[in-house]
Amino acid sequence: MNSYHLDHLGFLETEAIHIMREVAAEFERPAILFSGGKDSICLLRLAEKAFRPSDIPMPFLNVDTGHHFPELNEFRDRRAAELGGKLIVRKVEDAIAAGIAVPAPGEISRNRLQIPTLLAALEEFRFDCAIGGARRDEEKARAKERFFSFRDAFGQWDPKNQRPEIWNLYNARVNPGENMRVFPLSNWTEMDVWEYIRQERLDVPSIYFSHRRDCVRRGGQWLPVTDILPPRPKEEVRELVVRVRTIGDIISTGLVESPADNVDDIIAEIAAARVTERGSRADDKASEAAMEDRKKQGYF
Amino acid sequence: MPNSPHPIELLRFNTCGSVDDGKSTLIGRLLYDSKNLMEDQLEALERSADITGGGQINLANLTDGLRAEREQGITIDVAYRYFATPRRKFIVADTPGHVQYTRNMVTGASTANLSVVLVDARLGVIEQSRRHTYLASLLRIPHLVIAVNKMDLVGWSEARFLEIRDEFESFLPLLDIKDVKFIPISALNGDNVVDPSPHTPWYVGPTLLGHLETVHIASDWNLQGFRMPVQWVNRPNDPTNPALHDFRGLSGQLAGGIVKVGQRVMVLPSGLKSTVKQIWTYDGPIPEAFCPQSVTIQLADDLDISRGDMLVGLESLPGKSADLEARVCWMQPRPLQRGKKYFLKHAAQTVQAVVTSIENRINIHTFESEPEPAELAMNDVGSIRFRVSKPLVYDGYATNRLTGSFILIEQGTNQTVAAGMLMPPTEAVKPEYNDFAI
Repeated sequence: MNSYHLDHLGFLETEAIHIMREVAAEFERPAILFSGGKDSICLLRLAEKAFRPSDIPMPFLNVDTGHHFPELNEFRDRRAAELGGKLIVRKVEDAIAAGIAVPAPGEISRNRLQIPTLLAALEEFRFDCAIGGARRDEEKARAKERFFSFRDAFGQWDPKNQRPEIWNLYNARVNPGENMRVFPLSNWTEMDVWEYIRQERLDVPSIYFSHRRDCVRRGGQWLPVTDILPPRPKEEVRELVVRVRTIGDIISTGLVESPADNVDDIIAEIAAARVTERGSRADDKASEAAMEDRKKQGYF
Repeated sequence: MPNSPHPIELLRFNTCGSVDDGKSTLIGRLLYDSKNLMEDQLEALERSADITGGGQINLANLTDGLRAEREQGITIDVAYRYFATPRRKFIVADTPGHVQYTRNMVTGASTANLSVVLVDARLGVIEQSRRHTYLASLLRIPHLVIAVNKMDLVGWSEARFLEIRDEFESFLPLLDIKDVKFIPISALNGDNVVDPSPHTPWYVGPTLLGHLETVHIASDWNLQGFRMPVQWVNRPNDPTNPALHDFRGLSGQLAGGIVKVGQRVMVLPSGLKSTVKQIWTYDGPIPEAFCPQSVTIQLADDLDISRGDMLVGLESLPGKSADLEARVCWMQPRPLQRGKKYFLKHAAQTVQAVVTSIENRINIHTFESEPEPAELAMNDVGSIRFRVSKPLVYDGYATNRLTGSFILIEQGTNQTVAAGMLMPPTEAVKPEYNDFAI
C-alpha cells in the first residue's frame, strides 16, 4: 500500500463499513444474521470496525436448523458473548412444532424449513432489516443481488424488479411490513474472506481446520457420520483427515480431504482449488435454479 | 495461477453492448482463458449444454444466471463476476443492452473504473453503441474500451476495424472521455481476449486482459478537497468507563481528499469551524485519513452535529444551495413530472425535492440537447432544475462523483427513479459564522 492508496482488502473493508453504518442510521430495528460461519465472522468484525467504541447497535440472529455442527453453535455462542452482543436463536424444530414450518413427507433436510422460521423471527422482533454474509461469487443467482435487497411483505425477492443501485447511494426506504436484506460482503470472494480472517487474526470454528472424522461416501461426497446421519447397512465408514470448506447442515455438507490445519494452508489450498466452495453443498445441486427458487421464497 | 493470494489493486469494470453482441460470452471467455473457472462450474455448463445446447458449451450460461434469462437467452439484470490474475483483482458488472434496461447499465457503471463497450463487427456503430458510450461519458468513467467483437465473421478485416474506429472517432470529441482503446476480438473463439490472436497481425496493441491488467487506475479516486459526510454519530454512553464518557465521534467515509489530526475543518451547513482532535479507528488512532477510508473523527469542540452534516477542508469549500441544476437519467416507466415531490438522497442525507423545470433532453443520436421537453421518459437523459427542502452541501459531479451525485426516490412506492449528477456550484459556500472562539 503506497501512501494514499487502498489495497483490495482495504477497499472491500471500507465499502462494507459504509454499508453497515447506513443500515444503523436508516433502519429502526436492524439485526445481523450470525451463524458462526466464516462469512458472518467477518461481518461481526466489520460491525466492530463500523461502531466501536460504542456497542454494536443491533442484535445477532441465528436460525438453528437442529442439524448444525455442534462446534459451530459453541463458537456462535462464545463469539456473541465476547462481543457483548445480544444473540437471538430461533429453532426450526420449534417452528415445526408451532406449525409455522411444515416438512414435506419424508423431507429430512432442514434447508427449506429455515425460510418460514426466519420470516417468523423477523416478524416476531419486527426487524425491518437483516444483514447477511452472502457473497455474489457464491452462486449464479446471488451474482444478481443488490447490496440492499428489497423483500416484500411475504419476504420475497423479485429479481426482475430490483432497485437500481448507483454510486454508494443506497435506497433503504421500506413500508411497514416490508424489509430489507443487506449484504455488505457482496463484492468479497472466498479468498478475500480468508485473507481478511488472516489479516484480522480472527478465530474460526475448529471444523474449518483439518481433523479426523468418520465419514461415509454418498452422492459423490464425504458426509460426516453422526446420530442424525448414521451409516446405512453395508455402507463403509472410513476415518479420514478432513475439513469443511463451507458450512451447511451436518447432513448435507460435504467434507474435503485436507491437511490444512491453519489459515495460511487454507489460503494456499483455495488458491490451488479447482472446485468452487459450493461444489460441496448438495442443497445447491438439486436443480440449476435451486438457489433462485429458494431466494424468491425468502431465503437468506 | 488463479486467485493469487496477494493482488495489489482492484479494478472494477462493466461490459455493455446490445443484445447478441456477446457480452456474456466475453466474460465467460475471460474467466475460462484466465483459468478462473472451476471444475464444478464447467460441469454445470456441460450439464446445461447436454440438455439445451445440443452438446456445445455455451459460455454465456456462466453469467446468465436466472432461469428466466436462460429461457429467453437474454440477461435481465446486472450480474457481478469476480476473478483474479497475478497482477490484479477484478469485479465485472455484466450490464444488459436492451433499451428498457439502461438503468442497469447506469447501476453497473456508476462505480466502474472502466467500461467495455462491445460492438458487432458486422453491424458497426448502432444506437445502443452511441447510448452506452454517451452514458460512460455522462457517468465520467475514467477509461473506455471499444471491443470490436465477432471479427471472425468479417474475415478479420483490418479495413472493417478501422471503419468502425472512424465511426466512433467522429463523435467521441463531442463527449467527455479521456482514455479510449479499440481492440479487435472474437469472444467466441478467444482471439485477443486473454491470448493474442494469430488472425490480427495488423493489430499491435494489448489483448483485452492485458489492457485491464495494466491501465493506470491509481488516480481514479478524488484526493483534492477534504469531504466527509457524517453517517452516524458515535456516542458510547458508557458511564462506567471514564475514557468513553465524553467520547463523541463523527463516523463516515471520506468522499474526497485527505484529513489530518490538527487540521482546521468546517462543519456544513452550519459553517462552524473546529480542529480535528483525533482520527479514531478500530485499529487505533491514525494521523491522517484519505478517500475512500471509513473513520471516526473527534473534533476539539463540542458542536451540534448530526447525520447529513458534512465536514470539509477550509482550502476548497463546496457549494451550498436549495436551488439546484443537474443532469438526470430517468429510470422508471412513469415519466418525470414537474411539480411532483420526490425524496432525494445525497451523501448521507435524504431530503424532499420538487422539479421546477425540465431544461432539456439529450438526443442520443446527435448528442445535442432538445430544449424544454414536456417530460423525461424512461431511459431519457436531460437537465432539470429543482428545489430541495433543506440546502445541499455539494460539488459538481465533474469534480467529485460522491458529493456531486444523488438519487431520486418516488414517494409511496419507494422505487429509485433517477440517477442525478449535479452541475458545479456557481459560488462556494459563505460561512455565516466566524471562527468558533475558545
